[in-house]
Amino acid sequence: MGDLLEVSGLTKRFGGLVAVKNMHFSIAPGEILGLIGPNGSGKSTVMKLIMGIERPNAGSVRIDGVEVAGWPSHKIARQGVGIVFQHSRPLHRQTVLENIKLALLPDSLLQLFAASHIDDRAREIAARVHLDHVINRLPGTLPFADLRRLELARAIARNPKVVLVDEPFAGLTSGEVADFSNLIASFRAEGHAVLLVDHNVKGVAALVDRVLAMYLGEYVAEGSAESVMQNETVRQVYLGGKIETAARRDVAAADRKTLLSVTDASVFYGKAQALENVSLTVGAGEFVSVVGLNGAGKTTLFNAISGLVPTTGTVSFDGATLAGRTPAQIARAGIVQCPETRELFGDMSVRENLDLGGQHLSPPDASRQLEWLLDLFPILKSRATQAARTLSGGEQQMLAIARSLMMKPRLLILDEPTLGLAPVILEQLSKALEVLRQTTDITVLLGEQNVTFALPHADRVYVLEHGHFIWEGTPERFAVEAGAQFL
Amino acid sequence: MKTGKTFGVAAIVVVLLACFPFGVSGYILGLLTLAFYFAVFAMSWDLLFGFAGEVNFGPSFLIGVGAYTAGLLNHYAGFPIWACVIIGALASVIAGLLLAIPALRLRGPYFGLVTLVAVLLLQNVIVLFAGITGGEIGLDLPDVLSIDDSNNYWIALAFMSISGALLFGLSRSAVGLILQASGQDAMQASALGFNVTKHKLAAFCVSALFSGLAGAMLIFYEGTASVGTVVDIAVGVQVIIAAVLGGRRTILGAALGAVFLIVAGELLRPLGELSTFVVSAVALVVILFFPGGFLGTLLHTGDR
Repeated sequence: MGDLLEVSGLTKRFGGLVAVKNMHFSIAPGEILGLIGPNGSGKSTVMKLIMGIERPNAGSVRIDGVEVAGWPSHKIARQGVGIVFQHSRPLHRQTVLENIKLALLPDSLLQLFAASHIDDRAREIAARVHLDHVINRLPGTLPFADLRRLELARAIARNPKVVLVDEPFAGLTSGEVADFSNLIASFRAEGHAVLLVDHNVKGVAALVDRVLAMYLGEYVAEGSAESVMQNETVRQVYLGGKIETAARRDVAAADRKTLLSVTDASVFYGKAQALENVSLTVGAGEFVSVVGLNGAGKTTLFNAISGLVPTTGTVSFDGATLAGRTPAQIARAGIVQCPETRELFGDMSVRENLDLGGQHLSPPDASRQLEWLLDLFPILKSRATQAARTLSGGEQQMLAIARSLMMKPRLLILDEPTLGLAPVILEQLSKALEVLRQTTDITVLLGEQNVTFALPHADRVYVLEHGHFIWEGTPERFAVEAGAQFL
Repeated sequence: MKTGKTFGVAAIVVVLLACFPFGVSGYILGLLTLAFYFAVFAMSWDLLFGFAGEVNFGPSFLIGVGAYTAGLLNHYAGFPIWACVIIGALASVIAGLLLAIPALRLRGPYFGLVTLVAVLLLQNVIVLFAGITGGEIGLDLPDVLSIDDSNNYWIALAFMSISGALLFGLSRSAVGLILQASGQDAMQASALGFNVTKHKLAAFCVSALFSGLAGAMLIFYEGTASVGTVVDIAVGVQVIIAAVLGGRRTILGAALGAVFLIVAGELLRPLGELSTFVVSAVALVVILFFPGGFLGTLLHTGDR
């Protein structure tokens, strides 16, 4: 029997960015393939290309021998592909049963009443994913794991030959993870081909038959979970080469005044807990890195500090609590966040973006700050009149950082600045941060999944996993004590 | 069953309304007759907005095409009323399709903007060809539905009840479920194998059919077709307010909203210019604080 899913030469470009480059793999009936890559590596795009949510620029996708590349989603679905989205968005006014029934309906305009066998089938599926006890409840009243089960139920309702699962275990407790693993393993037993998409090998190693690692849109390595973890390039991507540390003009840690302190912060997104009793301190002039895989809660922690998400626990800055302040007030107080998504004004020029950052400075102050920044990032000088959208990824990141610095922050929060950037750009960015660290007394809180990038500059490191800190210490100790966590 | 209960309550209300001509003045009957046609406009609109998730800023385009097609056929060709109404409704469906097929390819607010422009175009065409269409003054019709207030009232009530039952039934059917999924999450719906465009287009056709029918019936009740009653942007705005006021995604709520809007506007007439202001203010308060609308708040307290 041939492979159920065959992908070859798959390529997707978004403007100038190549999100997926010449991807190739295949999955046999009864096989689970784990597609692994750090955030921004293009793995979700691969999944969307297979499902037809995005249209590939080139390449082939075969479902059980039928070429479907470029087909609209609903036709690909009918050809036998099902997807379990990471976020479930059920119909809120319909019960769980009705939500499952929906997935069983034929795509017909004339079907006014659901056939009776649909009802039976829906109940069967509900029982299989353990939703039978809540079948008449509205989705809004269900716990998070049950919503994921509903999502799973809808995907399997069509009995697809190929099942795509996006981050199967995100936000689940370990007990639920075991339960979901069994459900996914049952697909394999029934001869479906399963593609699991996740950030790291560790999370899916127990479940998958094979692992394919990708990085920056490209195929890196394929094989058993162990062999991929041993692969040199994969290790480079996740751990970086040699972990370097560089001490700064030293201030004894004890002499530092505490600038930011977070105590017992917890954040919930709906029913999923993203942050659990997290405490952290950052001293004035200190460079602190928070490392953790994607989904660990880094962005949530930063958003909690910046007042962008409601949080329990206390956040205080320079001795005063930030409770009750708006994000704008917090930014004015001196906490400036440079978000992972960069949030540049794409149609404005580089110069206009920078000027916006310096809006509240006096004109002479602003021009002094601008001059200093253009020295720090010389590339921005030559790009001053170009629209921000047309910059390369690395240049955009530099602009985003420069714009944040225009606000003369007392605390700069850098969220995942290396996201989707090529190694050569990382080096430039790293140098700029080093200059910043050596020549100014700015306080920086950096969030990274790229340990190589996060460590050299840091005075102190926190490791975040599943919404809480599991390690804290100096970069020197990190390699010995926590490095192994990162594959 | 919630659906069954809603239907039962609606049926009782209709029976009660049917008794009105035996004890209510002709003036009030006339008012309600107009309100009933408006109710069909609003219900058709809710099918698109509440279920297909598409905001049609130009309900009066569909209404107007139906009304004027019927009116012109009656005025110039002397077609009987029933033929004019049917052809008018079909014309509305065709015009709706011509508009929706290209417009549904657009994402975000552009669908709504296209429908808005369509109304302006229709209004301009009617005024431009005033020699044929009667322009601003209106087109008078040789035939009317009935000269008896009670008969007119019963016709309108029956029409609204049947339209309401069909639209409500459709919204609760299997197709309605798919339509709702398409409106709320097109990506998810198509990943489940549903052709989202097909379902939205079908919803647009159904909406156009009932809008066109109601538009054509309305002018034969009034005996004249004019821009101000069936085409003007303000008519469309009233339809939208009625539907939102009554409750999004409820169909029957839209009818409630329409009757409220027309009746309240009339009751407050002694206030003069102020009456429109008061009705608008009430609408604003309801939309701001009870975005579920009358029926939505009643039926779904708790879920957004």
